[in-house]
Amino acid sequence: MTDTPLRIGFIPLVDASALIIAVDKGFAAAEGLDVTLVREVSWSNVRDKLNIGLFDAAHLLAPVAIASTLGLSQVKVPIVASFNLGLNGNAITVSPALHAAIMGEADGDPANPMVTAKALARVVAARRKTGAEPLTFGMTFPFSTHNYQLRFWMAAGGVDPDEDVRLVVLPPPYMVDSLANGHVDAFCVGAPWNSVAVDLGVGHILHFVSDILERAAEKVLAVREKWSLENPELLAKLTRAHGRAADFIENPANRGEVSRILGAPERIGVDPEVIQRTLDGRLKISPDGTFRESSRYLLVGREGAARPDPVQAVWLYAQMVRWGQAAYSPEALETAKSVFRPDLYDAAVGAPAEPAHNVKDGVGAFDGAPFDPNDIAAHLDAFAIKRRAL
Amino acid sequence: MAADSSFKIVIVDESPIRAAILKEGLRDAGFTSVEHISEMHNLLARIYAIDPDVILIDLENPSRDVLEQMFQVSRIVRRPIAMFVDQSDATSIQDAVEAGVSAYIVDGLKKERIKPVLDLCISRFNAFAKLQDELDRTKSALEDRKILDRAKGLLMKAKGLTEEEAYVLIRSTAMREKKKIGEIAQSIVTAAELLK
Repeated sequence: MTDTPLRIGFIPLVDASALIIAVDKGFAAAEGLDVTLVREVSWSNVRDKLNIGLFDAAHLLAPVAIASTLGLSQVKVPIVASFNLGLNGNAITVSPALHAAIMGEADGDPANPMVTAKALARVVAARRKTGAEPLTFGMTFPFSTHNYQLRFWMAAGGVDPDEDVRLVVLPPPYMVDSLANGHVDAFCVGAPWNSVAVDLGVGHILHFVSDILERAAEKVLAVREKWSLENPELLAKLTRAHGRAADFIENPANRGEVSRILGAPERIGVDPEVIQRTLDGRLKISPDGTFRESSRYLLVGREGAARPDPVQAVWLYAQMVRWGQAAYSPEALETAKSVFRPDLYDAAVGAPAEPAHNVKDGVGAFDGAPFDPNDIAAHLDAFAIKRRAL
Repeated sequence: MAADSSFKIVIVDESPIRAAILKEGLRDAGFTSVEHISEMHNLLARIYAIDPDVILIDLENPSRDVLEQMFQVSRIVRRPIAMFVDQSDATSIQDAVEAGVSAYIVDGLKKERIKPVLDLCISRFNAFAKLQDELDRTKSALEDRKILDRAKGLLMKAKGLTEEEAYVLIRSTAMREKKKIGEIAQSIVTAAELLK
């Protein structure tokens, strides 16, 4: 029997590691899949090529999978995710000038995101008084965790992300240059770009996004719902290959090899040492050489990270509602929730025997009441800054 | 085709040659109001300043994601812009994606007004890809020629052959080993460099 050919699109980021390792380490081939990986330059391309069927599957921003299913950016194609490619993994990096300004205003421990958010509010107010231009924050896509993490953080400190600052979309490879040139004052992006900015001395990592939310679904393995119904066996095989790859990546003994594979020019194409810092969660956060370590920086498979969690889908939908990207309806909420498919994961990889993590509401936000996926109206009501009243 | 100068078209492309090819084609078809943006910094501000009805962008341009921000309801957006093509026209969108072009249009523009623009772009993008391909092939042919000359020179010197004899030797070796003449020439040059 010949192997089934599959074309899968990805963006060169460390959170594509389960996909890349599944292919390059032979886990996909072991399942009888002949996968061709196609490196892309924009999320719009990945989304469109998946939607029109040029890709069988894709490494996709989790919120894009939901937006596509709900038809929030014109094209409506239902997507399902049987595997979560990563939790967290982004960081907020600020220019040396903004870093100094925030530290100057910080009242308390700057490791606490509430302290930095309130300090940011004071910096913003002071700039307004002097008539300075609003601060500009770069993020990767309107429907991205980066966008929501930045907004969640600054709004907690009293900064309105649409009124008090500018949020602009920037392709990740342009982030570091834009920070160095002063086109943006800060950005929220995935690996390796924060580390690149710190290594070049043009940025300080202010927060890992895991400071803001303990668990945030970042990228998913996405397929068209129609495809999943027509090819249930193939999807199970592909999901299983990803499960094996995630286990392989999470074994610290394999990190060197994994980083070398990911670093190849046709994959992520950056220094394996920088990739390994991300996987190990040990990042240089300041040009002076200060390192910070976190067990939650990027979770590829451990702590149940790979099993799609519908609570995460609801949280992402709630952000779309909070910031005016989506209208609220109970039907839309159910549709968003059904994009994340733990049942497909369990069927392919096996159901977890016990809870894999101890984050009570499944999200672990630093601000607000515990997240209740059954009552997002009340949850959103409690936030002072939002675009749309429910 | 009837001249349709009433709407403004912006081409976002870092390749000046392709942009020129597109612009010329559009002008020939009667679309006179065509602007080219090659600088990606402050892209949205530049686009809003021109206020176009149609935006054409190369699929290989990472700034496509920047354009997606135009869909968002926020204070900087003046009017909503939708990506061509609507879902009922799957063939058209597939043709466009395969040619490498993506189009964003102002919401509400009629499909029959957009279709000729997109068709023209698809054919121009394909023409450009063909041109690029020919250019690459010419370049590699030239490269092969240079290597062949060097290989012949090396053989003439090492074995006291005439140019004709050196060429015959390379050609017969290529035929015997079922390889291209260029590959044999390259091996001779590489070997000579190793033996230096």
